Amino acid sequence: MKKSGAQILWESILLEGVEVVFGYPGGSNMPIYDAMLNYPVRHVLVRHEQGAAHMADGYARASGKVGVALATSGPGATNLVTGISTAMMDSSPIVCITGQVHAHLIGGDAFQEVDVTGITLPITKHNYLITSAEEIAETVHEAFYIARSGRPGPVLIDICKNAQLEQIDVESSDELSPHKMALPGFKPPKHAPQADLQRAAELIAQAERPVILAGQGVLISDAVEELEMYANKTDTPVAKTLLGLGSFPASHPLSLGMMGMHGEAYCNNAIQQADLLLAFGMRFDDRVTGNLRTYAPRARKIHIEIDASEIHKNVTVDVALAGDLKTVLADLLPLVGEQNHYAWMCQIDEWRDESQLRDIQAWEEDGKLHVPHVVRLICQSTHGQAILTTDVGQNQMWSAQYFQVDQPRQFITSGGSGTMGFGLPSAIGAWFAHPQREIWTIVGDGGFQMTQAELSTAIQEGANVKIAIMNNNFLGMVRQWQEFFFERRYSAVELHNPDFVKLAEAHGIPARCVSEPGEVQQAIDFARQTPGPVLLEFKVEKEEGVYPMVPTGAALDAMIRRPIRQAAMQSVSQTVDSL
Amino acid sequence: MQHTIIALVENKPGVLNRVASLFRRRNFNIESLNVGRTENPLISRMTIVMDSDAQDARKVEAHLYKLVNVIDVQELTSQPSVTRDLALIKVKASPEQRAEIANLASIFRGKIVDVAPDSVIVEVTGTEDKIESLLELLKPVGVLEMVRSGQVAMIRGDALGVRHTPGANGNKAIQTIQQMANP
Repeated sequence: MKKSGAQILWESILLEGVEVVFGYPGGSNMPIYDAMLNYPVRHVLVRHEQGAAHMADGYARASGKVGVALATSGPGATNLVTGISTAMMDSSPIVCITGQVHAHLIGGDAFQEVDVTGITLPITKHNYLITSAEEIAETVHEAFYIARSGRPGPVLIDICKNAQLEQIDVESSDELSPHKMALPGFKPPKHAPQADLQRAAELIAQAERPVILAGQGVLISDAVEELEMYANKTDTPVAKTLLGLGSFPASHPLSLGMMGMHGEAYCNNAIQQADLLLAFGMRFDDRVTGNLRTYAPRARKIHIEIDASEIHKNVTVDVALAGDLKTVLADLLPLVGEQNHYAWMCQIDEWRDESQLRDIQAWEEDGKLHVPHVVRLICQSTHGQAILTTDVGQNQMWSAQYFQVDQPRQFITSGGSGTMGFGLPSAIGAWFAHPQREIWTIVGDGGFQMTQAELSTAIQEGANVKIAIMNNNFLGMVRQWQEFFFERRYSAVELHNPDFVKLAEAHGIPARCVSEPGEVQQAIDFARQTPGPVLLEFKVEKEEGVYPMVPTGAALDAMIRRPIRQAAMQSVSQTVDSL
Repeated sequence: MQHTIIALVENKPGVLNRVASLFRRRNFNIESLNVGRTENPLISRMTIVMDSDAQDARKVEAHLYKLVNVIDVQELTSQPSVTRDLALIKVKASPEQRAEIANLASIFRGKIVDVAPDSVIVEVTGTEDKIESLLELLKPVGVLEMVRSGQVAMIRGDALGVRHTPGANGNKAIQTIQQMANP
């Protein structure tokens, strides 16, 4: 039977279990779009290809499956670039399929020709250029396998138009199934060598002040259960990276919350004072270590990581266990004994109490709208069950600090890349992964406007996402840096925004604007009770800062702290007096 | 210090670009890079020489492993190995000077492979030091042009290169080239 390259593409994609794709048609992928009509796949028409990549990313992170984005050649393909790079930095498995001009035109600067495999070489895990139909099936299966295996990441397949149109003989659909993958250079490690496990167990047995650093690897490797077993058995507190939120329940007594630049002070203190760091599926990013020369100076370090190029990259470790975290932890667990670190936990609790004093939530009501309060209320109103995506900046850090993330894959954010505009499209993608769940996105007024065109996608698809804009009429995080490090010389950070409520309503999306603390709950209830997308604009305190903050290049425990408010102090002294 | 790394890669289009892009992207400096076929038509062999500290050399090794088309990476720096570089050196030579140049070349087991009315091409093979020495001697005569293949290297006997990268080859035992290409 004759089949076109485009038909083979869809049949191979369906064999990979794909149900939804995010994309945008154009001249060079029209055969793919034509063939699509005959296959049971849901296509989401985005308004900008960046949105397609972020949606595929959000879908992948929420579901653990591979997300798919389609784009045409030239500008369609280059518009994907920010989304691909975001997925690369955060190890998110997506497959991007771009159209390319006819093979015989390549290199001739044809209309909408761009060297997309060249452009995406450093920001994909791997990429392919396909010039004939017979390469398609095998390449698609390789691409999906590479995207989701080992340390996941984006894979791009660039398909020439002639390959999409070309008709080739396919004897049976079995020919299209994944059976002849030849990847001699792709062998992600699974088990770590026994000798290294023994050495790790020795260090663990000697530790008095251990801390686990849990990264996104815990979620990717599905090692949430193993992590909890390890932490409970060895009585070891768990600090989390931004992307590692959800790897260990925030409500667990051993949880230390988030580490790093805007991490909890007690968490950063614990890391700096630790005598053993257990890095589980994380990569010692500069945002979590602060100054490397002063990082955890007394700690020995054990690093479990599937990507060997991350081991010894930023921090030299004592024991490197290259392998799949779930497998390695399962191998390690029987080698470690039950432990009790009572004194260490008491010390940490002391720091924790001091942090809570400074917390903005300890402030008396001052009639102003503070983002932490809004985030907390969203978290409480959704009973901690919602999936939350965020944009980038202050809104993101407050979300990370104040949304209690108890479940894996519940908190979705652009970490390594810090891509503004990620919030809304990733929320739409997450909704396609879990249409029955409540999906919220918390965004700033700056980042939201970078991809606000996807409001149209949300309403067209009926995506049930609740959008909460924290509007301070500032690019808040840049403003905060200018306040702290540039003598408050505000440069290009003030935003004159549209009326977000009218903007939403112009899209047919119900919306409310809130400026009083007393109205927040009502607005959240309105959003939850209204089916389909809803937009809430919160006019928040304009010059609020995110605390604590480790300035770039400073030691992890050299934090700028939130000043203790008089009111909070009074309530403390009253508490003390009453004892 | 100089580090010599051998990478076995899939013989596919674009692989050299991926390796070169890696060095640029991670800001590593290559002294020389040589690519050629191996006894297995599916596999090409790269000899990469870089001037760096040991830490950077290990990072290169790990990042090379990360490339999907890279099958195996070994470091030869401290292992007993044979390294060779081939140079063609075009030297200005009047008919009277040819004999002198031929003599010089023969000391280094080089030879004249082309003679033109006022120049000759000297071919010499050997370690980098040896070629540098000959070059120094030829400079006063007048070097017009030089091309070098870059170093190629091979371990002596049945010794093995060092694989520093943890988890390399899936933490499994090292295989032969034939097995590597056909997993």
